[in-house]
Amino acid sequence: MYTATFLQDPDFIRSLYIVAFALFIIDLRLMNHPRTARKGNVIGAVGMGIAVIATLLIESVGDYGLIALGIAIGTVVGVPAARSVKMTAMPQMVALFNGVGGGAVALISFVEYRESVAVGGNPELEALIPMLFAAVIGSVSFWGSNIAFGKLQEVLPGRPIQLPGQQFVNFGLLAVCVGCAIAIASGTESEGLFILILVAAAVLGNMFVLPIGGADMPVVISLLNAFTGLSAAAAGLALDNVALIVAGMLVGASGSILTMLMAEAMNRSIANIFKGGFGGGGAAPGAGDGEEKPVRSTDPADVAIQLAYARKVVVAPGYGLAVAQAQHTVRELADELEKRGVEVRYAIHPVAGRMPGHMNVLLAEADVPYDHLKEMDEINPEFPQTDVALVIGANDVTNPAAREQADSPIYGMPILDVDKAESVIVLKRSMNTGFAGIENPLFYAENTSLLFGDAKESVQKVLKEVEDL
Amino acid sequence: MDLLTELTILVLAAFVGFEVISKVPNTLHTPLMSATNAIHGIVLLGGLYLIGPAEGFLDNFLLVIAIAFGTINVVGGFLVTDRMLEMFRRPSLRGGPPDARPRD
Repeated sequence: MYTATFLQDPDFIRSLYIVAFALFIIDLRLMNHPRTARKGNVIGAVGMGIAVIATLLIESVGDYGLIALGIAIGTVVGVPAARSVKMTAMPQMVALFNGVGGGAVALISFVEYRESVAVGGNPELEALIPMLFAAVIGSVSFWGSNIAFGKLQEVLPGRPIQLPGQQFVNFGLLAVCVGCAIAIASGTESEGLFILILVAAAVLGNMFVLPIGGADMPVVISLLNAFTGLSAAAAGLALDNVALIVAGMLVGASGSILTMLMAEAMNRSIANIFKGGFGGGGAAPGAGDGEEKPVRSTDPADVAIQLAYARKVVVAPGYGLAVAQAQHTVRELADELEKRGVEVRYAIHPVAGRMPGHMNVLLAEADVPYDHLKEMDEINPEFPQTDVALVIGANDVTNPAAREQADSPIYGMPILDVDKAESVIVLKRSMNTGFAGIENPLFYAENTSLLFGDAKESVQKVLKEVEDL
Repeated sequence: MDLLTELTILVLAAFVGFEVISKVPNTLHTPLMSATNAIHGIVLLGGLYLIGPAEGFLDNFLLVIAIAFGTINVVGGFLVTDRMLEMFRRPSLRGGPPDARPRD
């Protein structure tokens, strides 16, 4: 009997919550190096286990059958998805995870409101305000994430979808949310108003992600990640649960940092991204000056010779590499070159791929050692000492116009300085402009040669030639 | 706990989060996001806490969905993060190119 009461002591349960969030912080702390990150993840999972067990100990918690049902459904859906998802599809996966997280918060706030109304009117303001906040942000992130998922999965068109007067509509929807929230907070007891908030926030979530183009997805996913975190922290305030407050805020901080990093890497303000439609207005300057500029095209044999006799080769991969599934072939080529004493490194732009760090995961999956993956700031000073820069499926992130042409739409965006290498080889499918539709002077530079064709096939041919040398 | 104490915790947690997470290298940003997805699954606690006292079919139904959503985050998030982190290997582990070793 004594143990039972001790275990159900609210102070004991709160202490367990403190242990849990401390473990989450340790988890994130260990994420600062690939060597320790995996251990960190296990520690985080232990923390979550402790938090769940602590909650189940609470005296008022019951309905274990329904709890088991919910957990069983979640496990049946979550485990196979996590085991089978392809690394190229990670952005979609994270978008879905953001979505269900936000959805859970919105549902919990709604039920919490209904329950307290049933018991005796509106909850106290100090619970009610965070509850309303959680409902709005949760609903926005659920629906916004679904749209982001649709765009990434290409169920929806990736191009920006804009409606006339969209910004006014969005402001209107936000006003509806805030207005109803104020009405409830000032004493109106109405489930209908609460539902109206959820619905307006849902439409707002749809409307604010629809106009955003595929290239801006890394920012959107990060921002939705931050939103779900903040909504969880708000739910924690409403429920008086310290584990939720701290964990939610950690997620919120992480999402905010990533959002800022991504926006910085694209040299665009967050407001500008959400106005939507990159390159939607006025045709890209420089594209229409009419004259046909000469490019130098090359063949696999020549590329093989250049690579094999180089001292240092830097590969600049872009999303095109992932689309062509060329990462394994590239690694084989790198292995072959390293056997010949060539130093091979990878230059990773922060927005290479469809989410923060995506390219690194794709290359790690292809068994590229992580210490060969270099961040932009680290690799840029090395390009002048690089013999060959091999650009595969990347375009805008290598565009010197960002550095030199003040009238370019991407002027000011930090880029990989591949053009400073002794020689540049660009693997390209065709002469089409990149995602942003901007002309790339790199292709016409004197030290650049282009190898046309599918990235994977091209790399395979080069690999064959290197092996035959 | 009163609201101000909770807000104190909230603000401190934000600063701790910014400090700790700004040290995560770009290389690990995707696993970081899936790990934070998993941590976000903590909202599961809200579902567990409310479902006992909840009355009526609708509330219970919605909470079961919320619990399922939270569980997807927790289980899926930690698993997929582990899968990714497992792939980040050092050259010495794959017997790859001896670039780190001095040759003489």
